[in-house]
Amino acid sequence: MTLEHLPALQVVLPLISAPLIVLVRRRWFAWALAVLVSWISLAIAVTLFLEVGRTGVITYAIGNWPPPWGIEYRVDALNSFVLVLVSFTAAVVAPYARISIAAELPREQAYLLFAMFCLCLAGLLGITITGDMFNIFVFLEIASLSTYVMIALGQRRKALVAAYQYLIMGTIGATFYVIGIGLLYLMTGTLNIADLAGRLRDVGEIRPLLAAFAFITVGIGLKLALFPLHQWLPNAYAFAPSVVTAFLSATATKVSVYVLIRFYFTIFGTSILFAALPTDEVLLVLSIAGIVTASLVAVFQQDLKRMFAYSSVAQIGYITLGLSLANEAGLTGSIVHLLNHGVTKGAIFLLIGGIALRCGAVTFDRLRGIGRRMPLTAFGLVIGGLSLVGIPGTAGFITKWYLVLAAIERGYWWLVAVIVASSLIALGYVWRFVEAAYLSPPDERSVKQGEAPASMLGFAWVLVIACVYFGLDTSFSVGAAREAAVLLIGGAR
Amino acid sequence: MSLASHYSYWVTIFLMIAGLYIVIARGNLVKKLIGLGIFQTSVYLLYIAPGKLIGGTAPIVAEGFRTYSNPLPHVLILTAIVVGVATLALGLAIVVRIREAYGTIEEDEILAQDRREEEQV
Amino acid sequence: MTPELAILGAVAIPAAGAVGVAACGRVPNLRETVTLVAAALLFLAVATLVSPVLAGARPSVRLFEIIPGLPIAFEVEPLGMLFALVASSLWIASSVYSIGYMRGNNEAHQTRFYVCFALSLAATMGIAFAGNLITLFLFYEALTLVTYPLVTHHGDDEARRGGRLYLGLLLGTSIVLLLPAVIATWSIAGTLDFTPGGILAGKVSEGGAALLLALYMFGIGKAALMPVHRWLPAAMVAPTPVSALLHAVAVVKAGAFAVVKVIVYVFGTTAFGPETFGWLPWVAGFTILAASVVALRADNLKRRLAYSTVSQLSYIVLAAALLAPLSIVGAALHIATHAFGKITLFFAAGAIYTASHKTEVSQLDGIGRRMPWTMGAFTIGALSIIGIPPAAGFFSKWFMFVGTVESGQYLALAVLALSTLLNAAYFLPIVHAAFFRGQDRRDDHGEAPWPAVVALVATAAATLALPFFADVPLELAGQVGGAPK
Repeated sequence: MTLEHLPALQVVLPLISAPLIVLVRRRWFAWALAVLVSWISLAIAVTLFLEVGRTGVITYAIGNWPPPWGIEYRVDALNSFVLVLVSFTAAVVAPYARISIAAELPREQAYLLFAMFCLCLAGLLGITITGDMFNIFVFLEIASLSTYVMIALGQRRKALVAAYQYLIMGTIGATFYVIGIGLLYLMTGTLNIADLAGRLRDVGEIRPLLAAFAFITVGIGLKLALFPLHQWLPNAYAFAPSVVTAFLSATATKVSVYVLIRFYFTIFGTSILFAALPTDEVLLVLSIAGIVTASLVAVFQQDLKRMFAYSSVAQIGYITLGLSLANEAGLTGSIVHLLNHGVTKGAIFLLIGGIALRCGAVTFDRLRGIGRRMPLTAFGLVIGGLSLVGIPGTAGFITKWYLVLAAIERGYWWLVAVIVASSLIALGYVWRFVEAAYLSPPDERSVKQGEAPASMLGFAWVLVIACVYFGLDTSFSVGAAREAAVLLIGGAR
Repeated sequence: MSLASHYSYWVTIFLMIAGLYIVIARGNLVKKLIGLGIFQTSVYLLYIAPGKLIGGTAPIVAEGFRTYSNPLPHVLILTAIVVGVATLALGLAIVVRIREAYGTIEEDEILAQDRREEEQV
Repeated sequence: MTPELAILGAVAIPAAGAVGVAACGRVPNLRETVTLVAAALLFLAVATLVSPVLAGARPSVRLFEIIPGLPIAFEVEPLGMLFALVASSLWIASSVYSIGYMRGNNEAHQTRFYVCFALSLAATMGIAFAGNLITLFLFYEALTLVTYPLVTHHGDDEARRGGRLYLGLLLGTSIVLLLPAVIATWSIAGTLDFTPGGILAGKVSEGGAALLLALYMFGIGKAALMPVHRWLPAAMVAPTPVSALLHAVAVVKAGAFAVVKVIVYVFGTTAFGPETFGWLPWVAGFTILAASVVALRADNLKRRLAYSTVSQLSYIVLAAALLAPLSIVGAALHIATHAFGKITLFFAAGAIYTASHKTEVSQLDGIGRRMPWTMGAFTIGALSIIGIPPAAGFFSKWFMFVGTVESGQYLALAVLALSTLLNAAYFLPIVHAAFFRGQDRRDDHGEAPWPAVVALVATAAATLALPFFADVPLELAGQVGGAPK
């Protein structure tokens, strides 16, 4: 009986744990429930993934109201992959959070962060699993509002400003999205994604659709930090608590990318997209601009978190680059990078959380000589950095492979040059860290500090190992990504 | 169907642009939130106005009526209003905390304080 | 030990050795023993593969697929066998030498040194036995990363700068040039397996193949074709055993090996003609001569040796680019002979530094009297590089010369001849000054520490003895080139 309700439970369980945490208020209970619900969510997501692999698309009608009038949860090859990614990240980040949050937040506020964490998880999972456009908006706002709160809980007062800025930009983005789906609803009369895909073909007037397409792109673009709508990200990542940064960097933008993919390929289909509007060119230009400028800016940062935040903007550029190429290799590269980058950045930010704990700050002057004092942390960061560059043996290499392959298949040799040259820029800022950590004399203020606590280090290294694992055994990641890509491209015809 | 009969859409566009303008152009944090609220209100109008079908009656099943206005947009907008309220509340709460931390709610003063702090480090 | 087990062992033994060294870091003598034992075991494992390969077998191992359709695969063929033999035997020699050098100079971070050294050997074995381009690329990058701590061993500003140039150039060329070349090959040919006769035949135009070849040749930065050669002199900031490793055992040999492997097994020697390959002998020839001229003018001994290596590597590239069967034999042989000769020279340079702290050629007057063994070995190494019998270098050069005549490439013949003269010009004066000039009265040092001397005498002896035990290398090289012996 529970098996058929799994899609609903995927969202409901984290959702009800949030008010439970607020009711009980104890810090240990909050943490324990957050961990429990993350692990259960992971189990559900994996079960759904395997089920989809066996039987195909799973649909679930909320409240037994049949679609397209009722809200439908629809799990296919693409979103089951994203569900696993989000819940896996949560499952690793939640146990890590105990010591990190205890260090970074006042005791009375800790339970609030865990409540918001559960809400955010529910929101992200909801966005991924739902098959109704307006439902996406609702869950999008649930996830975003809880994210704003989590960021505002950061230690410094700049966190408040960052949260406010993100709130303004994020709400504008969400509202643009609502305008877009409003136009779509007006033209077709349905909110259900699968139904919409069918009805769009029969619509006579194309102009409202183009307008809707533009609004949705801008709206979701704000959420996924597409250049030049990425301004909120560096501050938000830099000033939020370390756990929050790690969780967000691995999930929030990835889920927004999923929404974009869903709209582009399942709803709009390539016919309208690339024929009526120069979408691929615009997306290509914006992606390249994002990759190059963000990587360059990252090289000059003094704060490690900010540096890797800009790196995230660049990496998201890679994802949208693959989308703009719109062939199987490109889409595979984009979808697989959701996981690869999620794991890499999650590992990096979790390790940085350990540094923040031990050294007090994460600026380069505090980091000198850290290779000796915190060897496992530093080495883990090196591996994460190599993955960002795209060295074989790490997850990032797989993505680079597919993106270059996609560019070659399209005949864009200049794009190949851009992709590989940007890897060198990434090498630039990664190597700044390596030199500071290993080739510089230690900073006197932090000489006595040791390695990060075992629980934090352990869970961070789970992600580091995942980073290497998904660089070598790609049967899950590329397999799922490719299946999703084929589904999307095939369905879009 | 004339330009004048589409007045609700004109109002929508006006509110949309006014709201966005306020968000971008005003430096006071509370005014930005007000602008955001106006922007969101325009969207409510965008949904509800087309919901009224020409010749449609209230969406309650009754004898003798064939065309009913669409109730769904109202439902959607109720949800959106709730989301808007939550966002506004959260935004104001953050503004209160910013006031406590910075002593001001003007954006340029806050940025100036941050820049000074950065230079000192 | 089955061949498959030997292949896996070749990569696993040095890696396990690295772990062992790290574990025994506190007990130096135990730590050094672990290194020596691992080196010996590796040589044994590699040696067991010789007879099957000579008989024509090509043992292979396929592991998991890193990308759907692309497995990590190992396959032993004659060229890789030769390279593996050279690298594994020289690991033993350089380990002995390192013990003498590192202790004699009281170097810090010795455990890290031996760990990275062992890991470099594991990566080198991976390159030698790679069965397809993706495996080669994986271990090639790993080698760059694992040798970085060795190059920046001293940790000072100079080391950091040298390390930046080293890493920047090597990773830069491999990411920007080599990786697109590999992916393009995958897209064109549908496979990345190394196949005799190449995998690109008929699938790409001559012009496209020329472009692809350029990407490969400059992308394989470890082969130090000009202008991507600057990392090699920059890496001289490292301690001399590292330089020896770089120049003789692993890094540059991996580059030269990769070049020959790509030419023979990806492009094939008969599939493409002068439009594709025509430009390469010019670039290689230029590198040979230009590097020799720089070596002539360099006073720092290690710098002179570094540019000599740049020049010698391009010998291999030139010979391979001529596509004549005998010149390919020469190229393969030169990987081995140059390794033995160069490592002797570097051992000698390091011994000189350890004993007397002298680094410049102009300081070496009369040093032959104080360090006869060292300078004797140096002389033998120099003779090998110049190509004077009975030193080993003569034989590889002979095949290269005959190969140029056979294919009618008289300009290449002239380049080889001219550069031989230049080699003599920058080596023989050193020998002359060491033995026949009066020495500085203030010197009062003796020979280097005994492990170092043992090692360099051993490699010098091997350089002399190689021609007499030449049948195995000759046979292997011959199989690569496909020429009758």
